[in-house]
Amino acid sequence: MNNPILKERADQVHRKGNAPFQISCDRDSLAGAVSQRACVFCGSRVVLYPIADAVHLVHGPIGCAAYTWDIRGALSSGPELHRLSFSTDLQERDVIFGGEKKLTNALNELIDRHHPNAAFVYSTCIVGIIGDDLEAICKRMSEEKGIPVIPVQSEGFKGNKRAGYNAACRAMSRLVGTGNIDDVSPHSINILGDFNLAGEIWIIRQYFERMGLQVVANITGDGRVGDIARSHGAAVNVVQCSGATLDLAKMMKEDYNIPYVRVSYFGVEDMAESLYKVANFFPDDPSILEQAKALVREELSVLYPQLQAYRQDLEGKKAAIYVGGAFKAFSLVKAFRLLGMKVVMVGSQTGTSEDYQELHEITDEGTIIVDDSNPLELSAFLQEKDVDIFVGGVKERPIAYKLGLGFCDHNHERKEALEGFVGMLNFAKEVHSTVMSPVWRFVPRNNK
Amino acid sequence: MLEATPKELVERKALRVNPAKTCQPIGAMYAALGIHGCLPHSHGSQGCCSYHRSHLTRHYRDPIMAATSSFTEGSSVFGGGANLRNAFKTIYQLYDPDVIAINTTCLSETIGDDLPTIIRESRESGIIPEGKVVIHANTPSYVGTHITGWSNMTKAIVTYLADKTETPPETPYINFIPGYVEPADTRHLKEFLAQLGVNAVVFPDTSDVVDTPQTGSFEMYPYGGTPVEDLHRTGNAQTTIALGPDASRAAAKELETKCNVPYQLLDLPIGVAATDRLVQTLIETTGITPPASLKRDRGRLVDIMTDMQQYLYNKRVAVSGDPDQVVPMTEFLVSCGAKPVYVITGTSSKYFKQRCAEILQNVVPEAVIKDDTDLFYLHQLIKNEPVDLLVSNVYGKYIARAEDLPFVRFGFPILDRVGHSYFPTLGYQGSIHLLCNILNTLLERKDRDDPDEVFELVL
Repeated sequence: MNNPILKERADQVHRKGNAPFQISCDRDSLAGAVSQRACVFCGSRVVLYPIADAVHLVHGPIGCAAYTWDIRGALSSGPELHRLSFSTDLQERDVIFGGEKKLTNALNELIDRHHPNAAFVYSTCIVGIIGDDLEAICKRMSEEKGIPVIPVQSEGFKGNKRAGYNAACRAMSRLVGTGNIDDVSPHSINILGDFNLAGEIWIIRQYFERMGLQVVANITGDGRVGDIARSHGAAVNVVQCSGATLDLAKMMKEDYNIPYVRVSYFGVEDMAESLYKVANFFPDDPSILEQAKALVREELSVLYPQLQAYRQDLEGKKAAIYVGGAFKAFSLVKAFRLLGMKVVMVGSQTGTSEDYQELHEITDEGTIIVDDSNPLELSAFLQEKDVDIFVGGVKERPIAYKLGLGFCDHNHERKEALEGFVGMLNFAKEVHSTVMSPVWRFVPRNNK
Repeated sequence: MLEATPKELVERKALRVNPAKTCQPIGAMYAALGIHGCLPHSHGSQGCCSYHRSHLTRHYRDPIMAATSSFTEGSSVFGGGANLRNAFKTIYQLYDPDVIAINTTCLSETIGDDLPTIIRESRESGIIPEGKVVIHANTPSYVGTHITGWSNMTKAIVTYLADKTETPPETPYINFIPGYVEPADTRHLKEFLAQLGVNAVVFPDTSDVVDTPQTGSFEMYPYGGTPVEDLHRTGNAQTTIALGPDASRAAAKELETKCNVPYQLLDLPIGVAATDRLVQTLIETTGITPPASLKRDRGRLVDIMTDMQQYLYNKRVAVSGDPDQVVPMTEFLVSCGAKPVYVITGTSSKYFKQRCAEILQNVVPEAVIKDDTDLFYLHQLIKNEPVDLLVSNVYGKYIARAEDLPFVRFGFPILDRVGHSYFPTLGYQGSIHLLCNILNTLLERKDRDDPDEVFELVL
């Protein structure tokens, strides 16, 4: 096997300590790389799909719908419409003669059967090529059915996942401003960029409510069309995650002058900081900040003693992180530190140069920082650093296990809520259970 | 979650709900993994490759490697040739596979990339190094299903690699195409052939590729897969035995056309009758005498069928899956006394309709047999008249939950359980395992449902 780092990729890898920080990112993956990245459609689909009372129709060949059918545990407290898979299942004749009629018929049938509050129609690669006029069809269907029918311009080849986030935000922005905001309190927020994996948004929402804030819309975890429609009534947009919904916050700033604040709910410091940041938006009511402080105190008094037991076992263990967005990586670095662990490698699929700059600042000497990596590189880094646990997504999991390392899914397939103070405890438990599992005794790494 | 499924059946032409199929490229990628030292390559957007890898990873719980041409907006206008040439450079520099097996996607098919020309020119210009194999299959996602993709890539293996030489081989052998099956099945079929003393080239062979052991290292090209030298030899075989007509017919036929190797198409050997037909065919084509151990295996399968016949007799079963799997599964269920009342598949398949009709016409004349349909339709059927057991891939679990049905996971994909890549369901031994799974599922339910007064220790 050759050197696992290709020279064209050398500037997308940085080792902290040996040179001034510089990293290339936000560029297209090299053709031929076994990239861990996905496409525009994927980006749009993951952002919009948790809106549970809408119909999500994938206009394309069957695969795009099949691979995104209920793969992400975005929980709903009510309707489950988003968990069904709807596709126009385009065939060769549709590619030749166009799929517009099929799309119209499909929408007719779907809307009449399910009476959704909105319909999202996702464009795929092939639709971008054959040129179906989604805009016109959706407009006509909206008029006929009396619900928003919204095209999502998510042709797979038109960029990477980030472009898909943007398309999703543009789609949602059409809903914003269409609802009644009479009963929205001046002390109100929208939660953006949380997808309610394992019920996380319920934890966060409850924190904000304990502070005396009204949560207008969940965007998009456990999301509802009607809430998004009146989300322009909220006083602040609270945006989590690297960029999935940041564009929507920017649009709402532009259109409705709603300020936004970027937060993270992972780890103790970032969670507390997020609550304070939001509270500071409401200086007219000091009780909100007071409540936030009380909440943090209360949660920490429960959490810290419980964390200590895990920390004892985990002290000094080494972690590697490879996630979709870099924002999540910041919090993970801090969370591992709280557990007494060392982060020796950190990377992301879609980080920006500012993201990597920040990662550089918060990591220790010798840490490997990497953009848009691939399995060979990752496995070389993991072995070089003799890592105890790897945090990643579905495609990283089996690599970790083959090397004989613990693994924590911080992506779609997360089964435990990792956000909030209770999430930190869950994270500690999960890290502890995988790092301390007796099975690693049987792998060659520990069996020499 | 499926409360919204109405009982009333209406003709649907435009809308697919809860599909019982997926697209061609994933099948092609899976077939390509059955070649030793092969890096599958997806010629299209990054998302396709990422989805296929993720889906296969979830099913096999093993690393699935494949590269992509990473199409951009420019490639959709100017064609993907430049991307593919760059991809070759990257791949040889970084991953150095013996074989690259390219599958196309809806995007590259529609913009009309001419793969044979791109490959030929890349070879001439030295981008593809001497001695390296590159093959391709056209797998537009808007034609057929994942089964078509498997079939096309398996055929491409023959088109590109099968050689017929002047001198016949010293030791005669056959080609054996196992179909779109689990690695456990291919491994078991190889053992089965060895047990019978049949010399065969088995391809594609995904065993020891997608079910690799924990070794402490990450292997880009695992131990398994059919070696290229063996694929070259397929042209000199006595005959080809191809299992599962929808997945394997195209490759078998190509071997006949290209190298004059005759072929026999058989159902996948699920159950006694289908396995008997395979054994009989092997006897006739290779002249072997089955060993006593095989008869004992057969006897054990019949033994469990007879021991437990009362639990399956007249049970109404719904079966969903790929045509090659559903046909022999239906036959097996019938032979155990069950009544497969609904048999469906997402793939268009004459084979499926004809064979299921033959199997069911006398024993279950009321059976609904439907190809090119989806799980929404199956759910509607079940809502109209319930069944005692559902057999399906993982996506059946929604129906099983909604209708509170005993559920046996069978076919591709299975994303929520383990074992499917370790325990075969083919041959006499595999059928024993499959039948145990079915019976135990029914008995588990009986124990759960029986009130105290009839709950029994011994069943």
